[in-house]
Amino acid sequence: MAKTSGLDVTYVARLARINLTKAEVELFQKQLDDVLEYVEKLRRADVTDVEPAAHALPNFNVFREDAPRDWFTAEQALSNAPRKANGLFIVPKVVE
Amino acid sequence: MTQQDLPALSIADLQLLLRHREVSPREVIDALRARIELVDQEIGAYLSLDMESAANEAEKANVDLPLGGVPIAIKDIVSVIGQPCTCASKILQSYRATYDATVIRKLRAAGAIPFGKTNLDEFAMGSSTENSAAKLTRNPWDLARVPGGSSGGSAAAVAADEAFGALGSDTGGSIRQPAALCGVVGLKPTYGRVSRFGLVAFASSLDQIGPLTKNVRDAAMIMNAIAGHDPQDSTALNEPVPDYTAKLGNDLRGIRLGLPKQYMIEGIDSEVKTAIKTAVKHLNSLGAEIIEVSLPTTEYAIAVYYILATAEASANLARFDGVRYGYRAENPRDMLDLYGRTREEGFGPEVKRRIILGTYVLSSGYYDAYYLRAQKVRELIRRDFAMVFEKVDALISPTSPVPAFKLGERAADPLQMYLADIFTIAANLAGICGISVPCGFAEVDGHRLPIGLQLLGKALDEARVLQIAHAYEQSTDWHKARPPIASTTLE
Repeated sequence: MAKTSGLDVTYVARLARINLTKAEVELFQKQLDDVLEYVEKLRRADVTDVEPAAHALPNFNVFREDAPRDWFTAEQALSNAPRKANGLFIVPKVVE
Repeated sequence: MTQQDLPALSIADLQLLLRHREVSPREVIDALRARIELVDQEIGAYLSLDMESAANEAEKANVDLPLGGVPIAIKDIVSVIGQPCTCASKILQSYRATYDATVIRKLRAAGAIPFGKTNLDEFAMGSSTENSAAKLTRNPWDLARVPGGSSGGSAAAVAADEAFGALGSDTGGSIRQPAALCGVVGLKPTYGRVSRFGLVAFASSLDQIGPLTKNVRDAAMIMNAIAGHDPQDSTALNEPVPDYTAKLGNDLRGIRLGLPKQYMIEGIDSEVKTAIKTAVKHLNSLGAEIIEVSLPTTEYAIAVYYILATAEASANLARFDGVRYGYRAENPRDMLDLYGRTREEGFGPEVKRRIILGTYVLSSGYYDAYYLRAQKVRELIRRDFAMVFEKVDALISPTSPVPAFKLGERAADPLQMYLADIFTIAANLAGICGISVPCGFAEVDGHRLPIGLQLLGKALDEARVLQIAHAYEQSTDWHKARPPIASTTLE
């Protein structure tokens, strides 16, 4: 498949833990190649000596009191679980 | 006033009736329910309603509170305890929120009643609400067209008198653009002005909650209720909250408005362009000084946004793994199969595309070229705005380059859809506030389609932006126009 950027959709989808059909891989490859071609324009910007902005209005050392308070019960925390038992989330076996 | 006429009221007018005991909160809820039953089949603004709880709350409502007895619709990405919070995604289709978001807690404290959850693009990713996995929402001005997005359900509900006011969220224009396309008012507050605790995160350095309303005063009233510091959101600014209604009614003498020359781009619809030029003249006639300004980094805004927003989304949406809540694929072989198929089956195409793009720009070998570079250009955009705001009090532009487009017209080409956000995106990158107010109509195929005027203000200057928007609104008639569906009655 022709791709015009460094993006390999099949590989990155695996990193992101999303299975894709062959048709989706082909469609996304084309669409995201277009987007990546569009963002190439950022190479023209002169960013010499510019600090990256992680936030627009930086806000440092934000603390709150580390005190216990009423929050979720275990039952509430589990209320949306797809599978649960004995106050625990049930998942497929991870360790053999 | 008959019950049937109640839903057309603004929040301010409704509140007067409630305070004078001319109508009860219960009657308001019943009138709203009847209105929704009448028109929402056609509009599709709501994903879920809980009128029973709302009616119970109405019975106890204290109408002397700032929003006492006023029902408010909530975008279905904000948690309301016991209610669904689907984000219009299959992956959260059976999820119910286990707590109230801070904005909901604050609305309740002000006496407001949340009663229904509105449609959106899945996880707020989109500009037309067509990315909802649940259903389409139609524009009340022309049912063949999109309401805009991602807060399309909130905007359509307010425009069709199915809500007195609504909350939306704005990451790149998702409050302002649908407000413009549906002919209502939409305010994106300054980054950090409103707590996001309980808002499902899309792009955490950009997301902000704000109101969609029938007029500017209503937006100020909702802001009075929801703004302020919150220990539960480390980005919520610990700054005093002014009374946002205080400056409403002040004239515009001494106000300097900037017209960015880069914003008069090709591709702006000619009727939009004419409407904005007329609005600029009008603001000038009200006493505002108009100054041409330059924002040279405008051309980079969309590119920066689609790198940073997707990068942040790829991290934020990693939590949807089928383990603790939400959808889980059936009969997984092992954990990797569970993750891979849950996310394949649970997410729609736009969400998958953005997660993949975001994962890529953060991946080893590409991080510096994309993510880090985009953050640096973001700093340049921020500086551009800081410099311009030394010369002017607010900036003027169209909210959207085009009026509402047809359902399906742009769905096939994500890049074209992204380009629709050209005027709104930079405000999120710079963290500043912005509002969209109705400023005219385009005539297309026999339909009148609303046009929105955007005003951008400096950080924490919502009161001034509201003042300017209010002066404009009150000296024009655009906000009084009602869509054709408004005249739908039981007869």
